[in-house]
Amino acid sequence: MKVYADNAATTKISKIALDAMMPCFLETYGNPSSLHSVGQDAFHAVRDARNTIAKCINADPNDVYFSSGGSESDNWAIKGAAYLMAKKGKKHIISSKFEHHAVLHTLNVLEKEGFEITLLDVYENGLVRVEDVKNAIKEDTALVTIMFANNEIGTVQPIREIGAVCREKGVLFHTDAVQAVGHVPVDVVADNIDMMSFSGHKFHGPKGVGGLYCKKGIRLPNLIEGGAQERNRRAGTENVPAIVGMAAALKDACDHMEENTKKLVKMREQLIEGILKIERSRINGDREHRLPGNVSACFEGVEGESLLLYLDIMGISASSGSACTSGSLDPSHVLLSIGLPHEIAHGSLRLSLCEDNTPEEMEYIIEQLPPIINRLRDMSPLWEKIQKEGK
Amino acid sequence: MEYSEKVMEHFVNPHNVGKLEDADGIGEVGNAKCGDIMKMYLKIENDIITDVKFNTYGCASAIATSSIATDMIKGQPLSEALKLTNKAVVEALDGLPAVKIHCSVLAEQAIKAAVKDYYDKNGIEYNKADFEFEDHHH
Repeated sequence: MKVYADNAATTKISKIALDAMMPCFLETYGNPSSLHSVGQDAFHAVRDARNTIAKCINADPNDVYFSSGGSESDNWAIKGAAYLMAKKGKKHIISSKFEHHAVLHTLNVLEKEGFEITLLDVYENGLVRVEDVKNAIKEDTALVTIMFANNEIGTVQPIREIGAVCREKGVLFHTDAVQAVGHVPVDVVADNIDMMSFSGHKFHGPKGVGGLYCKKGIRLPNLIEGGAQERNRRAGTENVPAIVGMAAALKDACDHMEENTKKLVKMREQLIEGILKIERSRINGDREHRLPGNVSACFEGVEGESLLLYLDIMGISASSGSACTSGSLDPSHVLLSIGLPHEIAHGSLRLSLCEDNTPEEMEYIIEQLPPIINRLRDMSPLWEKIQKEGK
Repeated sequence: MEYSEKVMEHFVNPHNVGKLEDADGIGEVGNAKCGDIMKMYLKIENDIITDVKFNTYGCASAIATSSIATDMIKGQPLSEALKLTNKAVVEALDGLPAVKIHCSVLAEQAIKAAVKDYYDKNGIEYNKADFEFEDHHH
């Protein structure tokens, strides 16, 4: 059996998105900036896509800008807001310890440039506390940037409440919603969001395309110069097929969100129940405030990369936050941020589901996991120690 | 990052996995915090490694290097086993990704640690400098 359970990494493009894209390659292939009718057809396709996406997140279409993806949008929003507010003498930025590297590395760069960065704790359950945001805001706070949902442990943050605090204090609020858009209800107005990053390939759209919602009146400096596209804010000929595909995928995801969520939560809980039957296993992150398709687990005494490669041999695609998969000697900063010791964080496994998965596939994963874990534990000196010490 | 076919072969079906209850020398290197521990068990007769087993906690390359390194020293005199370098282990595996080279260093050190244990237990003199190695991670 083949089971793709790495949908937080990327998703298969949906038939609806693919069908919407094809004419953009062969018929509507004009440059949206061209005045002739071939170009105008492409212009209209991009306009329609913008309208569709705006509707899905309850935004004004004029506040939706297309980009190359989540990382670009994060860079644009955070650097842009930092430079914008620095002109007013505000050089303090608040974020959390377990943001995506697109946010954390951008903040590192800004710190070197003289900005002050505060990274909030996310506690054992992987949730930012609204009180902490409130207490961290100072006179010179330029920006608060907190992710909507965590990419590894799937915890969904109290975005609406954080946004309300920022509004009250007059501080800009950005959220990296790459894992949330298309998966949980997102409403930029009700959620008090000023800026929001999203990415097409996380909800069955194509790769290499994403967007930034930026509320009217926030004049972010440009990240990419060179043309009048995106209302003079982001240069480069629009990736028309990708934009159209992303819009079709998002509309489909939002139209079916309720039924998909029901199906996903059921499979997620089925998987969690099966995993917790394994000795010395645990689920990471809050069990309630969690993406419908995210299962993040740790198994003591085994190393994540070995686990995921043995799973791959059995046809199961998953991911891990172990050091060996991160290309460094430290396990994922997300798992460390929720207080897991290194040796437990090394044994992590993330299974991220989509609505194409089935309960039978979950059953298959639950069947395959114990023998693989036993095999690894049987040859693990660490497991031997754990057994001896019995702690 | 990509593993060679040889690495995958030794990872999927590792040779010499297990423990030797009557081992003459046992060497353990690495630590849980860094995500890899290698433990080697040697059976030694007349300065020849007659049997070797390993237990490893770690990634695919840690398991693969343990497997191939134990193959390479089995049946060898101690003097030859001590000459095994991490470079030779990497070559035998048709290469390792750059971030995984430390696994091969662990394998070399685990063998040395096991031989040292044998020397210590049997009061055999040796040049201490030959067995000094820094923790590969720090």
